[in-house]
Amino acid sequence: MSEHEYVPKSKAAKWFNDRLPLLTLGAHLTDYPTPKNLNYWWTFGGILTFCLITQIVTGIVLAMHYVAHADLAFGSVEHIMRNVNYGWLIRYIHSNGASMFFLAVYIHIFRSLFYGSYKSPREIIWILGLLIYLLMMAAAFLGYVLPWGQMSFWGATVITNLFSAIPLVGDSITTWLWGAYSVDNPTLNRFFSLHYLFPFLILGLVVLHIWALHIPGNNNPVGIDIKKPSKDTVPFHPYITIKDAFALLMFMIIFAGFVFFSPNVLGHSDNYIPANPLVTPAHIVPEWYLLPFYAILRSVPDKLGGVILMFSAIFILFVLPWLDTSKVRSAVFRPIYRQFFWILVIDVLMLGYVGAMPAEGVYLALARVGTIYYFLHFIVVLPVVGLLEKTDPIPMSISEPVITGGAEPSLARKINEKV
Amino acid sequence: MVLSNNYIISTLQMSKEEKKVKRRDFLFTASYVVGAVGIGAVIWPMIDQMNPDKAQKALATTEVDISQIEPGKSITVLWRGKPVFLKRRTPEEIQEARAVSLDDLPDPQKDEERVKEGKDEWLVMLGVCTHLGCVPLKDKGDYNGWFCPCHGSHYDVSGRVRKGPAPTNMEIPKFEFVDNNTIKIG
Amino acid sequence: MKKFNLIINKIIIILFLTIVSSQSAEMTDPIKVDWSFKGITGKFDRASLQRGFQVYKEVCSSCHSMQYLSYRNLGEPGGPEFTEAEVKAIAASFEVTDGPDNQGEMFTRPGRPSDMFVSPHPNKEAAAAANGGAYPPDMSVLVKARKGGANYIYSVLVGYEEPPTGVKLDQGVYYNKYMIGNKIKMPNNLEDGLVEYADGTESTVEQMAKDVTTFLAWAAEPELEERHKTGVKVIIYLVLLTILVYLSMKKIWSRVDSEK
Repeated sequence: MSEHEYVPKSKAAKWFNDRLPLLTLGAHLTDYPTPKNLNYWWTFGGILTFCLITQIVTGIVLAMHYVAHADLAFGSVEHIMRNVNYGWLIRYIHSNGASMFFLAVYIHIFRSLFYGSYKSPREIIWILGLLIYLLMMAAAFLGYVLPWGQMSFWGATVITNLFSAIPLVGDSITTWLWGAYSVDNPTLNRFFSLHYLFPFLILGLVVLHIWALHIPGNNNPVGIDIKKPSKDTVPFHPYITIKDAFALLMFMIIFAGFVFFSPNVLGHSDNYIPANPLVTPAHIVPEWYLLPFYAILRSVPDKLGGVILMFSAIFILFVLPWLDTSKVRSAVFRPIYRQFFWILVIDVLMLGYVGAMPAEGVYLALARVGTIYYFLHFIVVLPVVGLLEKTDPIPMSISEPVITGGAEPSLARKINEKV
Repeated sequence: MVLSNNYIISTLQMSKEEKKVKRRDFLFTASYVVGAVGIGAVIWPMIDQMNPDKAQKALATTEVDISQIEPGKSITVLWRGKPVFLKRRTPEEIQEARAVSLDDLPDPQKDEERVKEGKDEWLVMLGVCTHLGCVPLKDKGDYNGWFCPCHGSHYDVSGRVRKGPAPTNMEIPKFEFVDNNTIKIG
Repeated sequence: MKKFNLIINKIIIILFLTIVSSQSAEMTDPIKVDWSFKGITGKFDRASLQRGFQVYKEVCSSCHSMQYLSYRNLGEPGGPEFTEAEVKAIAASFEVTDGPDNQGEMFTRPGRPSDMFVSPHPNKEAAAAANGGAYPPDMSVLVKARKGGANYIYSVLVGYEEPPTGVKLDQGVYYNKYMIGNKIKMPNNLEDGLVEYADGTESTVEQMAKDVTTFLAWAAEPELEERHKTGVKVIIYLVLLTILVYLSMKKIWSRVDSEK
């Protein structure tokens, strides 16, 4: 790649770069050859980086005014909203930012599922991404507890009680998590500490995620390997940066719409009632981005079984690269898989919907069907379809997307070398 | 890299399209400038949030009951998180303060300028050493006034610095007499 | 494929409709009021806020606290915008507990603008004890804390009715068609002509309910006007920058696209 040729122009820069090759890194990132056919679904990596930085910056600022004490937390949030200069703006960016972060990460994940970005040689990128996603869920949950409203308190109670399903040691673990005999001030205090920690762990994993990405390079909508740099690639800057910037701005318009015009629509009104350990709200619902998993949890009539199934729904994604037997990456050339992909999208959306509804009657039935299908998709559909499916002809290079006849990788390579 | 070379060559050849290039430059400059303005507008709230908030600004005044203070005695009250010394001075102390020649003062200021006219016995002063912010001890030091234990600044009975590293006299806050028994600071 | 999607869509829509229609009709949907603070350029009606404060002070405040508000808020931009002198007078009309003094005793003094709203009861337990065991909720963020927001609060205030036959009410419980479960422990405190508005507005129940709800909506979201104003500016700015960046992007990518 081009960074090997990079030599700083000035002597001082060369002196510095020999000792710490930051300039080489900068040049690598700038010139990084990127497939030129990336569509807008590929802009969500940049958008997610923006989301993470926004959450970290606004979070550090909020921590300057927030008080992590059961008696004072709710009031300190009101203090931020009413007294702190621009406090309302910063808090609304942070609280809506969490939702926007998840919106972007779900699009990012489903993009990967559609175009087969998790497949060899990108398994590690995929696994790092899942770890980021897990930490995001943990950070979001911990953060939701901090305002110490009714949903904070009861959400914390319900989620920490999941651990009590573990045989023998469950109760001890739950008490240990609480630091008390219920969710209480010690719980709030440690949740605040961990909520401050997790984003920096995520940041570290993001660096690894991008590092791992830069080894094989980006996948692309066609899903074929490309030679870099070549006619099929463009330098990251300015081509990809400007495209990412455009997509990010569109995303920010939606973000701003929520922050300024309906800042509480994604939250729950009960969280403006101070935490009360004596009264549980009528409907306990997690934030929208956790609803599908919540539906899976509730679809099982057994405490331990529900918890195991819910965690399995996430952990099954870790072995996804080995469950998918297809040699073709992109769903563009996989007519059967493509249909199952959309069914999975609908299935997850439906699980999200029933997760927000009371767990009874038709909702429970739907949740069960949805849960079974979710697992079937990964355990049965993916391996079987991969083996049986007749894929469409694959182009030899990005520049020549329309070809006749089957894929002939060796031929493609020859053509690429001529360019 | 092939690409950008091609691009350079093609732009060189396109002399007739110079106008287009100019428009392109304008577009990029405009994008950068507008973008920079936006970043500036976002940074300001992040800085301003550390300034005193509305509740802090509203707590600007404190009322103090001074009816219990005997001549020669002083009390200390809290105002904006800082100590304020309220000293009721004896006629001898006032005389002593006024007898000092301005030439002997590092920060020349008449005692009359440090008290309210007609209420000469009341010295209301921010009890913070002007050196590095410690609270001076009363009735200590070489000038019958205050002495800062941190770095050895001496203040006289008018709160003026006489010796030591402090650069200026102790500050007089804004205050007024609400009535004979009440002082409002701030 | 498309057919398949259509079928699934239909199934989802049908399920959704049956679910929505089957939800139990325990409470009536709140009345939709055309609030002045709705929409992206919404602002509070200043006169209504001032009247609403009067209703709060004369009616609500004998039971409900508003502990997160302070008297100075009443004069801040975007709120009732009482003059500085009016705010001082309002604050001074309340007895505020302060202290301890030099003797270690608590004492009362007239309120100052920087004081928080005085609560009618020293704590939650006292408030509940004085109200038949039901704690009258703090009203600082009440509008945000209720599904349905201002419409819901307004509806409850005007929603008192004689209970339908067959509904039995305990002592101290009242029938309200908009309340969840239709039972409410707050009596109907509003009646026509209850307060005498300084601006001569006729104080009907609807008028008072509307005014006090407006006041509560402001109390819950005092930043609303600034938020709306800033929001419009931010969106305009973002759209402008998006257009610039879009044109720049087209220019930059034309180098690649022209090679095809």
